[in-house]
Amino acid sequence: MSVDLATVKRVARLARIAVSEEEAERMTGELNGILGFVEQLSEVNVDGVEPMTSVMPMEMKKRDDIVADGDKAADIVANAPNSDRNFFLVPKVVE
Amino acid sequence: MTDLTRLTIAEARAKLSAKEITAVELTDAYIAAIEAANETINAYVTVTPEKAREMAKASDARIAAGKAGALEGIPLGIKDLFGTEGVHTQACSHILDGFKPRYESTVTQNLWSDGAVMLGKLNMDEFAMGSSNETSYYGAVKNPWRAKGSNVDLVPGGSSGGSAAAVAAYLCAGATATDTGGSIRQPAAFTGTVGIKPTYGRCSRWGIVAFASSLDQAGPIARDVRDAAILLKSMASVDPKDTTSVDLPVPDYEASIGQSIRGMKIGIPKEYRVDGMPEEIEALWQQGIAWLKEAGAEIVDITLPHTKYALPAYYIVAPAEASSNLARYDGVRYGLRVDGKDIVDMYEKTRAAGFGREVKRRIMIGTYVLSAGYYDAYYLRAQKVRTLIKRDFELAFQAGVDAILTPATPSSAFGIADEDLASDPVKMYLNDIFTVTVNMAGLPGIAVPGGLDHKGLPLGLQLIGKPFDEETLFKTAHVIEQAAGRFAPSKWW
Repeated sequence: MSVDLATVKRVARLARIAVSEEEAERMTGELNGILGFVEQLSEVNVDGVEPMTSVMPMEMKKRDDIVADGDKAADIVANAPNSDRNFFLVPKVVE
Repeated sequence: MTDLTRLTIAEARAKLSAKEITAVELTDAYIAAIEAANETINAYVTVTPEKAREMAKASDARIAAGKAGALEGIPLGIKDLFGTEGVHTQACSHILDGFKPRYESTVTQNLWSDGAVMLGKLNMDEFAMGSSNETSYYGAVKNPWRAKGSNVDLVPGGSSGGSAAAVAAYLCAGATATDTGGSIRQPAAFTGTVGIKPTYGRCSRWGIVAFASSLDQAGPIARDVRDAAILLKSMASVDPKDTTSVDLPVPDYEASIGQSIRGMKIGIPKEYRVDGMPEEIEALWQQGIAWLKEAGAEIVDITLPHTKYALPAYYIVAPAEASSNLARYDGVRYGLRVDGKDIVDMYEKTRAAGFGREVKRRIMIGTYVLSAGYYDAYYLRAQKVRTLIKRDFELAFQAGVDAILTPATPSSAFGIADEDLASDPVKMYLNDIFTVTVNMAGLPGIAVPGGLDHKGLPLGLQLIGKPFDEETLFKTAHVIEQAAGRFAPSKWW
């Protein structure tokens, strides 16, 4: 499989990365290079093979359903580019 | 007085506990070395001398009080991927501009709890995506090694290039690193240092900037095998904050140094003999086999038939996980923000300005392979191939193999800004051909120096072990180290 310029622009939109016409063109070539390289996986017979979902076979640990943390609003917004009274500020999203 | 930066961790530990030197003296020696060399080597992106001296002073007090920890007073460098409270943590990316976490990663907290001293944060490929440290927002790192009679700058490998270069250039006693596809072992091989990627789940991933969560593991880079064992013992732990942290006690890895490997079975996988591999790499491998045989190990040929599919499967799984993990960098909660006409425009402009080329490339691949209609063909298939890669190893271990010996990399260190590699991303990816299988299967792997090539540059051997059998890797790597000797660059910087 390979990608064309329109697909690259659509994927960039999905990934929320602004790309110029020139960048999109360059990426098309690069992505096709990588997709061409991974193409060889199609020759592997994977019939009846389970996909790996857990690297080490183990049951996921569950913690007790209790409040163990919190009251850290000031820490959470400390690195925000723009915040006010422990809220993150963003451009208007609802008219 | 001898240069204190030349001491291994084990040697420094002995001198500190015998009160022949103080932690402050040791730390000052490293700070002076960093001040003199870092402008050239560029291994550190932030140096924290005040914090280091404060920690060293506290170490001296604990030593005097007889309360020294396992790493008391040992100055370490920390890869910029580890969250360090109040200190620069940016995964060497512009998108985390100015980020200083309000928390400490579990691995670094474990080191400080054992008395280690932080010298600063180390350079790396942006978000650990790269094999040369050239994708860092903070510029390339220079390998302390140069070819004989040459003044051409070489890469230290990547992504833990700053860690490997700092250890090799005596700018820290040891360093933390992380490995998603070879990012500890390949730079260790390129710099004549020892690096171990432990079993997936051995070190907590909590507080480490995520790249590909099912592949990422932290581990140390050190000057010798014993130091690597000492560091891993402190870094590893069982952590309730990481659901993939495995509930197994951490063994005393140092105790396995010096143990015999007599009667052990070492597997030699024929699939690691790849086309175009330099003869020197093959010769190094044969030398490694001979050393282990002399030490009493039995050498057996094994087959890992899905080896060649590990790298292509990796380049689906890792970008897919990265595209998901890196979705959080949107200019809202931390780091860089580039204003736009609306919120989507802000996201797109922020991510366009904040991510470098390689990171964008991988996010794009990941987004594409996870997008509607392609998931089964790419991601699901790659995860099935991953099962087959893991099964290859399981069969070898079931047949009685204790560890597997391979070369660590297909070449020695290459030049900075190599045009051939820059023009073709896949060529750069091939650097990880011998290391990536280990991440795909979640196994432990260690890179240990085996010798120098005709250019006088270090080459590494890799040992792959059973899950949570790092002890076998340490004792076998130590046998190789005893036979090969240790390698240090001659100082030009």
